[in-house]
Amino acid sequence: MSAVAKGGGALSRREFLKASGAAAGVMVIGAAISSRALAQQRSGADAALGKTLDANEVDGFFAVHADGSVTLFSGKVDLGTGLRIAIPQMAAEELGIDVARIRIVEGDTGLTPDQGATAGSTGIMRGGVQIRQAAATAREALIGIAAQRLGRPAAELEAVNGEVRPKAGGAGVGFGKLIGDKRFGLKLDAKAPLRDPSGYTVVGKPIQRPDVAAKVTGQHVYMQDFSVPGMLHGRVIRPSSVGAKLVSVDEASIRGIGNARVVRINDFVGVVADDEWDAIRAARALKTTWTKEENLVGDEGVREWMRRGPFEADETLMKRGDARAALAAGKRLKATYYWPVQSHASMGPSCAVADLRDGKAMVWSASQATHRLRGIVARLMQLPTDVVRVVYLDGAGCYGMNGHDDAAADAALLSRATGRPVRVQWMREDEHAWDPKGPPQLLDMEGALTADGRIWAWKTEMFLPRATASLPNVPLLGPAAAGIAQPMGISTGLISQNGNPPYAAQNVEVIVHWLKDAPLRPSNIRAPGKVANCFAVESFTDELAAAAGRDPVEFRLQGLSDARGIEVLKRSVALLGWQPRPSPAANGKGVATGRGMAYMHYKNNETYVAVAMEVEVDRGSGTIRVKRLACAHDCGLVINADAVRAQIEGNLLQTLSRTLHEETKFDRSAVSSRDWSSYPILTFPEVPEMLIDVVDRPKEPPLGAGEAAATPVPAALANAVFDACGVRLRTAPFTRERVKAAMVAMATENKRKA
Amino acid sequence: MPTYRLSINGEIRSVAVSDPKQPLLYVLRNSLGLTGAKYGCGLGQCGACTVHIGGKAVRSCLVPVSSVGAKRVTTIEGLGTPAAPHPVQAAFIAEQAAQCGYCVNGMVMTSAALLAQKPRATLGECKAALAGNLCRCGTQHRIERAVMRARDAIGKPVEKRAAEDAGSKA
Ligand code: FES
Ligand code: FES
Repeated sequence: MSAVAKGGGALSRREFLKASGAAAGVMVIGAAISSRALAQQRSGADAALGKTLDANEVDGFFAVHADGSVTLFSGKVDLGTGLRIAIPQMAAEELGIDVARIRIVEGDTGLTPDQGATAGSTGIMRGGVQIRQAAATAREALIGIAAQRLGRPAAELEAVNGEVRPKAGGAGVGFGKLIGDKRFGLKLDAKAPLRDPSGYTVVGKPIQRPDVAAKVTGQHVYMQDFSVPGMLHGRVIRPSSVGAKLVSVDEASIRGIGNARVVRINDFVGVVADDEWDAIRAARALKTTWTKEENLVGDEGVREWMRRGPFEADETLMKRGDARAALAAGKRLKATYYWPVQSHASMGPSCAVADLRDGKAMVWSASQATHRLRGIVARLMQLPTDVVRVVYLDGAGCYGMNGHDDAAADAALLSRATGRPVRVQWMREDEHAWDPKGPPQLLDMEGALTADGRIWAWKTEMFLPRATASLPNVPLLGPAAAGIAQPMGISTGLISQNGNPPYAAQNVEVIVHWLKDAPLRPSNIRAPGKVANCFAVESFTDELAAAAGRDPVEFRLQGLSDARGIEVLKRSVALLGWQPRPSPAANGKGVATGRGMAYMHYKNNETYVAVAMEVEVDRGSGTIRVKRLACAHDCGLVINADAVRAQIEGNLLQTLSRTLHEETKFDRSAVSSRDWSSYPILTFPEVPEMLIDVVDRPKEPPLGAGEAAATPVPAALANAVFDACGVRLRTAPFTRERVKAAMVAMATENKRKA
Repeated sequence: MPTYRLSINGEIRSVAVSDPKQPLLYVLRNSLGLTGAKYGCGLGQCGACTVHIGGKAVRSCLVPVSSVGAKRVTTIEGLGTPAAPHPVQAAFIAEQAAQCGYCVNGMVMTSAALLAQKPRATLGECKAALAGNLCRCGTQHRIERAVMRARDAIGKPVEKRAAEDAGSKA
């Protein structure tokens, strides 16, 4: 949408009320307000809301109302991560106002600037920092206005508690009186001074999230709970094999199920009904026949396929010294690591509501990127972008791109076909089978040591699906089936980062063999690529430490020079009470106990994190039990201490789940792991004791906490298992069968050597 | 259309459905506007849809509406509100035991039923009771803390409980 009024014209009170009233994502911080009532107000609004969406304008992000309260328009959204409180905290601190006086609107393309997808740990680091700068610009402007009004130099004034007042004391003027419901008409000033962190009163505090009370009392309106009047319930029938063509649909097969009817657009087939249960029954009863396709490699064939190709290119990511020559000259260690295809496996299957009538489109979605989705909907539905509005509502956590955007496209197709608003709710099997998947990764590692036990040479050779250059978005299922043209290709996130050792080594080479394709449609999944890369790099580091006969911590520290890295590494093992000695421990028979750790400097320039854990391995059953899980974490300036902790806990437990249990199973035709028993995740009895140490660095820029702590978990676990029983796990997930098989292989190998 | 009279959160509500096998979950969410119970799997595998029937935690996605009869149904909305939360809900707020919170209905309802039955439940019993409740965000540790906090709070005078909850977070 283009801004209605450009420049510094005052936004009338009516315009503003309209803008913020229609903003149904408005959440009153700290006040108990029914988000249901607000969410219901969303419908009916169209694109002409009369507010600038320019991310270079203060008015893009802030409106100060006559009553002195503030509305914050954030392009970044809260995915269960706490941004809904953290970003207002940053704004409150810079503006000089109580955070309870700030309302936040998130991810509404009619109201919020496009700040890019909420992905890649950028919510605070980029989104929040941009809004902080807008707040600092606004504060300086408010001080400037007050200086004129009070006839005093700006330098003698300060913004505190929602007013500008003389530093020396005396009466101030409230923000509402200074600018209430008028535009700032100002560009963001990159030089607007930020407050000194030593005086922070809001940033850093563990302020409670405004949505938790509503969530635990059933009042919060999720995407899945949202409805509009006259809405139909839709279900989409996916093909029995990936890429199959629809041969026939027997519409008579659903006769008598309420008013359910079929919508068919080429190979896209769905059912709609007034009643949701009727839609579900109809989707189950509908007889469809499909061509049989067998174009997949199958989960058991992925590894071999990754070696075989077809490849698109090779790329050298890092080259220092001459790793190949050094490896050829010395005694080298080799190992191969594999990470399987995984699902985002959201607790709530994806859902969307779309209303395509009167040549306009209104879409409600839990997308990570409503602004991007807006463009997609416009393109697919052949509508001008400015008549499309996408509004964010919380879904179940997505951890990357799950099926939310697909569900939105499904709903748009069904709404256009029926002329009614349509809600599409994916079923459990839809989500497990059809969400875009985390891509598989294969890594060949080679290393050699110096005579005194340091890393001399290191080579990482990755086999990875290559993301299609400048692909605007993950191609969506519904439009593809409906025969609507869209840019094709694959999307993965930045999966080749952190393949290098973070430790000193004379000779290093990191290369990647880029595969042309992926086994199932991929997308970004939490900490894209870096979970597997850290698994390989930090497990292999442990293999080198063991070969050198050194304690794994001491071995790492001798090669680490970054002070912040050293700090988290030391703190993580201190939490566990680490006793230095080489691995493996001398353990007898039966249940073995061990400890392991791993370290990560996220993307080589962001958050520092180290994870250490203590495990028990039952040699008989192959069961791994994590007893204690410790993490030290440095993401620079901490905005909300409790929200950061929650993110760390979530990263640790989710990745423990991915490491112990998760692999998407598929044959030549389709995914077969379609529920929670065929795709199990971590359960309560497996949850370990957790010890978390957050390093706060108020003088450093704030970095992301949404991904980094996920990455060291698999290696720390593999290293602990090795320490416990001498078995090296190089393929995830670490299922009981795999542990037992590795145990047998080790015994055979030992016998052969003896 | 068959019509059923249900006892929901202390009120008698009448609902007409097209199919007697319609799970209670959809009746609650669509006919009665009680969207606190969530659809997660429809298979009894995740717990997101948990409600109390006759005081027991059950999976509403597997309960045909025709089988409910006169039994008392309590949903999370009937358990407590933001202004007057149940001790379990108050403990979940104090511990901020939700990330996305999609699973939290099941967590709250299952633990409330557990503590009603076993007011002195141990951490191990709490883990066992929640073993069939899945959380993808990795909030389990906080949920355990919340349930233990609720256990300790239940039995204390209400004013003391409220004061402690208020003081537990800055
Ligand atoms: S929705 Fe009922 S158990 Fe998952
Ligand atoms: S908090 Fe998101 S699934 Fe539990």
